[in-house]
This record gives sequence, C-alpha cells and structure tokens, in this order.
Amino acid sequence: MRKPYPLLVLLLSVLALVSTTAYRMANNGYQVGDTATDFRLKNVNGQMVSLRDQKNAKGFIVTFTCNTCPYSKLYEDRLVQLHQKYAPKGYPVIAINPNDVTLSPGDSFADMQKRAKDKKFPFVYLQDETQEVARRYGATRTPHVYVLTKTGQDLKVSYIGAIDDNSGDPEKVQKRYVEAALDNLLTGKAVQQTSTKAIGCTIKWRNNS
Amino acid sequence: MRYRIAMFFRMSFFLCALVLGFLLPEKAVAQTGKVPLVKLSHLQKYLNSTSDTTYVINFWATWCKPCIEELPHFEAVQQQYQGKPVQVVLVSMDFAKDLERKVVPFVQRNKLKSTVFLLDEPDQNAWIDLVDPSWSGAIPATLFVNNARKQRLFLEKPLTLAQLQEHLTSKFSQNP
Repeated sequence: MRKPYPLLVLLLSVLALVSTTAYRMANNGYQVGDTATDFRLKNVNGQMVSLRDQKNAKGFIVTFTCNTCPYSKLYEDRLVQLHQKYAPKGYPVIAINPNDVTLSPGDSFADMQKRAKDKKFPFVYLQDETQEVARRYGATRTPHVYVLTKTGQDLKVSYIGAIDDNSGDPEKVQKRYVEAALDNLLTGKAVQQTSTKAIGCTIKWRNNS
Repeated sequence: MRYRIAMFFRMSFFLCALVLGFLLPEKAVAQTGKVPLVKLSHLQKYLNSTSDTTYVINFWATWCKPCIEELPHFEAVQQQYQGKPVQVVLVSMDFAKDLERKVVPFVQRNKLKSTVFLLDEPDQNAWIDLVDPSWSGAIPATLFVNNARKQRLFLEKPLTLAQLQEHLTSKFSQNP
C-alpha cells in the first residue's frame, strides 16, 4: 500500500502543473482570484526590487506603464496621487515598463530614469526587460493595473483593469476603479468591481507578428 | 418674382443637400475630410448591421504608432474591394478635444478615403465588451463582421496587408 503513494503524488503534481500551465496559456495570464508570483526587476535607481522584500506592504498596485504611450502619460500624475494616498495604507504603486526597447527606444532604461526624475515618481519604476512578468500577468496594454493583496504567504489578484473611467480628463472622472477596489480591501470587504477595461497602447512585444 | 425663383432654387438645393447628407453620410465625410464626432449608437449601426456586407472595423488613434503604420493596408483593402460588399470603418480613439487639432489634419494629410469617425465615449469600460468580449482595450484592434452570414473575427494586434486580405478571402469569402 505504501510504495505507490509517492509515485502517485508525483504523478498528480505533474498533472496539476501541466493543467495549470495549460489553463494559464489558454487564459493569457492572471484572472481575478489567481495567486500572483513574485518577480525581481531593476528599478530606475539601479536596485533590484521584489515584492517579498516589502515586508510592511498589505498588497501592491502593480501597474504596467511606459514612457511613450499618451494614455500612460495622462495617468502619471494620477499614479503619483494613488501612491501618495495608498502607500501609507500599505498599498504602494509598483510601476513596470514592459515595452521592448528596440521597438520603442523611448522606453530605454536611461529614458525611464529621466522620466522618473522629471515627474518625481515617489514609487519604484521597474524595467521588465525580458517581458516575462507582463506575459505572466497577462498584461496587454499600458496602463494596465493589477491590484494584489497579501493573504498569508500568497499574493492574490484582487482587481485587474483601468485606473478610472476617463483617461482624457481627470476632472471628469466619475468612477475611480482602483481607489474603489482598494477602499473595499482596506475595509475588509470584497472588491465590488473586480475588472474593468480601457483603451490603451498595445505593449510593444519583441518578435510581434 | 425673380427673388422667389432664386429662393425656390436655393431651398431645393438646400433640401437636396440635406437629403443627400442623410443618405450618404460616409461619402460626404470621405470627400470633405471632415471627421464626425459620434456616440456609441453610431458604431452599433455597423456592429449590428444585418446587411450582407463585411465590415472591417479598425480601432486606431493618431497617437498610436502601430495603428498608423497599418492604416495604409486598410485603405488599400478598401480600394481593392471597391464596388464589393466590403466596408472599412476607421474608428478613431482620439479624444474629442483633439478632433480639429489632430484627427482632421491627419485624415486630410493622409487623404484617407475609408469611412472615419471619432467615437466620443470616454467611459470605455461601458462599451469595449460590446465590440468583443475578448478585447482588453489595447489598440490597434480590428473586428471583421458580417451578421448576415453570422461571421465575425476579432483581432487585438496589428495586421499586415497580406493578413487582412487573407482573413477577408478565407474566412469571409470576399474576393476583390
């Protein structure tokens, strides 16, 4: 009875791994409720940043963004405000630039450094040079937000989508999706609107067909 | 009397222009280089049209580099399929405030002949799924739709001329 047991466990875990991988590939990234994995990317100050390093955080506002997309630029000030409001409450903004530098030279590391300095980003601005993180998360456009919440050792995806409902005019915003999600989380409630969509610039993928 | 006749001609000219304006909104648009500012219901006319026409609805913006790069392919296809039941519709995602400053000059400079309009619906989350549930919102994006034949294809990526033609001929059996 005892002997086949480890083999069975191994078989089952391989099966589980294969099926979750297949699921991920079919769904092109994370869905709300999924467990997000950590990463290690270079910040504009030259230091490597991982989510697990930030012991005091309750979660993260992971935002795929870039230097070159007009929609991203329109949201820079709003990202700064989000960070200033929610980092003290445990949810810092983690900005990640996933664009391929060859296809989009304005997104080079030096340009990222310059942009972060010019706009006085109070948050980390990381380069996803291999585009692996953006692929894993299933990001398609900039800006594209993933709100993650720490649950024990895991990071749970709590919200995916847009920052608010008016890219062009911050004055005319009526629904602040990310803020609403964070306010839900901070008051221990379930996020009411877990995903939204918005127009954005397609991520400049290497070897794009 | 002469005044009356002149008035009559003026009125009938005006009426004809009005009627023509209603009948041929797209043609009028293409010729004058003007770009109408429209609401969702205008886009839905194409999305829900039951005529046996294959609409190639491309979502683009003047600020979107890959969009601008593929626009000539859509123009070429529209030329190729002239007189055939294929209509290219270029939906600008530019902001309404940039219409006169950016979009109209762009359309005129590039002499775009396809139907162009600017969709003024800032709450994008409210309508993106109506175009296609698989669309995340990244542009360029293109919807091929022929409701009469119950055919549709949505692609959230830039297209080459060859790909465009391939989709039209193989999936929609539309030959130029």
